[in-house]
Amino acid sequence: MIKLKISLVTFLLICLTALAALAAGQKMMSVQVKKGVVRLTPSFLSRIVTELAYGDRVYVLEEKGSWTGVGLSGSAVKGWIHSSALTPKKIVLKAGSENVQVAASSEELALAGKGFNQQVESEFRAQNSNLDFTWIDRMEKFVVSQRQMKQFLKEGELSPKGGS
Amino acid sequence: MTILNRPQLWSFAGKSAVIGLGVMFLFVVFVSGCATTEAIIDIGVSSGLITESQGESISKSTKAVARSFEDFTPEQEYYVGRSVGAVILNKYKPYNSKKANDYINILGQILSKASDMPETFGGYHFLIQDSDEVNALAAPGGLIFVTRGMLRCCQHEDAVAAVLAHEIGHVQAKHGLQAIKKSRITSALTTIGIEGAKTFGEEELAELTETFESSISDITATLVNNGYSRNFERDADKAAVTILKRVGYDPNGLEDMLKIMSKKLKPGGLDFAKTHPSPASRIADIQKIIGKTTRVIKPKTRQARFIAALGNV
Repeated sequence: MIKLKISLVTFLLICLTALAALAAGQKMMSVQVKKGVVRLTPSFLSRIVTELAYGDRVYVLEEKGSWTGVGLSGSAVKGWIHSSALTPKKIVLKAGSENVQVAASSEELALAGKGFNQQVESEFRAQNSNLDFTWIDRMEKFVVSQRQMKQFLKEGELSPKGGS
Repeated sequence: MTILNRPQLWSFAGKSAVIGLGVMFLFVVFVSGCATTEAIIDIGVSSGLITESQGESISKSTKAVARSFEDFTPEQEYYVGRSVGAVILNKYKPYNSKKANDYINILGQILSKASDMPETFGGYHFLIQDSDEVNALAAPGGLIFVTRGMLRCCQHEDAVAAVLAHEIGHVQAKHGLQAIKKSRITSALTTIGIEGAKTFGEEELAELTETFESSISDITATLVNNGYSRNFERDADKAAVTILKRVGYDPNGLEDMLKIMSKKLKPGGLDFAKTHPSPASRIADIQKIIGKTTRVIKPKTRQARFIAALGNV
């Protein structure tokens, strides 16, 4: 009985250690673009599983070429995101004075909205009233759907031979 | 194994837990070996292992690491790109044709997805500009502009694809950001680093805006007046060939476009004539990659939609 208890305690401790290590060793990445799109398979023509926001964290399941298979903490959602949308850095969305100093020279932290940001652009625009951003804003609203792309490829007799 | 009584058992369990935690700690340290120096310094200072002043000096030395254009986050690149775009639009006004702009946006989007950097902070967007000058310009982050004059050098979709793919090549290699003077990058990133908060004080904002404005000038002066180095242009052409092949376009489309361009460029012109190597030398370089020129095949529907969208551009 006692032997059993000892084995159980030891076993539990081993499990706990392994679990903690696994959690710490799991490679985490952050979405470094405005909208991170997770797809069913590693292809831009694949079905969209979910969309992530700037700074969202994902854990890496596998890597295949320029694509990263990811999972979301506390969710069963899994899928593929192009690696150019990810950074190993943790993105701090709301900077407090304590992490500003750390992020300043850190290789692992990035502050959202640091440096050249909305505030700097506004100041720049105030000083350069001859510049018109109307069409810049309009350009950003040009959205091409996956359906449009598929149709364009089909009609143009184009068959992509993989991508990056 | 010795039979233990209850207190011994707990003592053993306690020891095991300590050992377990120790192993766990070592393992965690091992797997997260890339933990930031700063975080370690913080722990060191708070646990009293090192004094605050020691911590500061360690921090300072890590900050002395050389900064480069690669240290700009995609978000910052996006803001630089927006303002560069606004300056480009000050040079040539937009060509307000929905049909033509929709066409180059679908085409451009497909090409960008086949590039090495398909995802940028704000994504790729394309716009035709109302000018007879032969020009195409890319702002950092993926805002791409092409003049009517440039599109008139294209007789088929594979040629338009080549123009857009060349510009995407500049974006993916971050050529725009590399036009920012090195000293400016150092000062920008140092100020940004130290004053990294989301809302700046008046003084920091003024300083950053000045650096921002100079950076925009560095880029637009290169794009509009001086042109990139020959190497950068060669890289962009090379990237274009790769992207075209990945999508299924014929890279000979690039050559076709350059041949017409060479006839249209006026010596001393303020467009591609000024900022790019001669079409003939670009063709020679491209042939080294793709081999002898072959005729571009134009499937019927592909050519029909090209004519419908850009036939009268």
